Amino acid sequence: MRFKGKVFRAYALLAVFLALRAFGNLSLAWGTKHLSSALAANPLTYVRALADPFVALAIAMLIVALLVRLALLSLADLSFVLPMTAVGYAISALFGKVFLHEDVSPLRWLGVALILGGVAMVGTTSGKTPSEMDTTE
Amino acid sequence: MKWILLSIVVAATTASDLLQSYQMKRGGEQSAGARGLMQLLRRISRNRYLILSIVCLAFSFFSFMALIQTAPLSFAVPASAGSFIVETILAKVLLKEHISARRGFGAFLVLCGIVLLAR
Repeated sequence: MRFKGKVFRAYALLAVFLALRAFGNLSLAWGTKHLSSALAANPLTYVRALADPFVALAIAMLIVALLVRLALLSLADLSFVLPMTAVGYAISALFGKVFLHEDVSPLRWLGVALILGGVAMVGTTSGKTPSEMDTTE
Repeated sequence: MKWILLSIVVAATTASDLLQSYQMKRGGEQSAGARGLMQLLRRISRNRYLILSIVCLAFSFFSFMALIQTAPLSFAVPASAGSFIVETILAKVLLKEHISARRGFGAFLVLCGIVLLAR
């Protein structure tokens, strides 16, 4: 019973994290692409970029996403969390096409399919390496 | 420039993730409710490795911001997963996580997908 609740919590945190990061990245891409000067060239541009509402919103969402991910890491292995959060790459490809009208080639969609297949496979394994602490509980 | 920025993103992300996973597993389970998050913030402020992980993350983030400004979203995000295979290997070597054949193969499929996605 306890184990089941833990698995549910891990997947719930994962869903919240994926949503926050996908929309955060979209907002960040939208915001930075509409800035007038290049970011890499000048540190001051970063300060100005923070005043952009889309960039500010993106940073807020990504900070909460980071905290949710930290909580997730306390529940599950890094080698479980990494592939599962890879669904985010598929979501980004989709968002890039739909919202930013990027050209996504058939080869890229094949990549998306492979990622989802890999994620499904990892999802059927147990989320955490049993530690000594878990067995004595 | 694209590849320099991407390398910084990948290296900084790998360092940050390993530090976070290692430290978060030492302290026991963490909830993400309102109280849990406050507790988490206090936990971060008292742990210098977690602070260091956030510094790495900041480096990774600002490079990512510059990358995403010029590169397409559908390239930048998948390509930043270049850290993926390095991290899975280091999770096994440094964090002693058990990588079953199934999990390993799943991770490999994800990697193949990322390679195609990043082309």
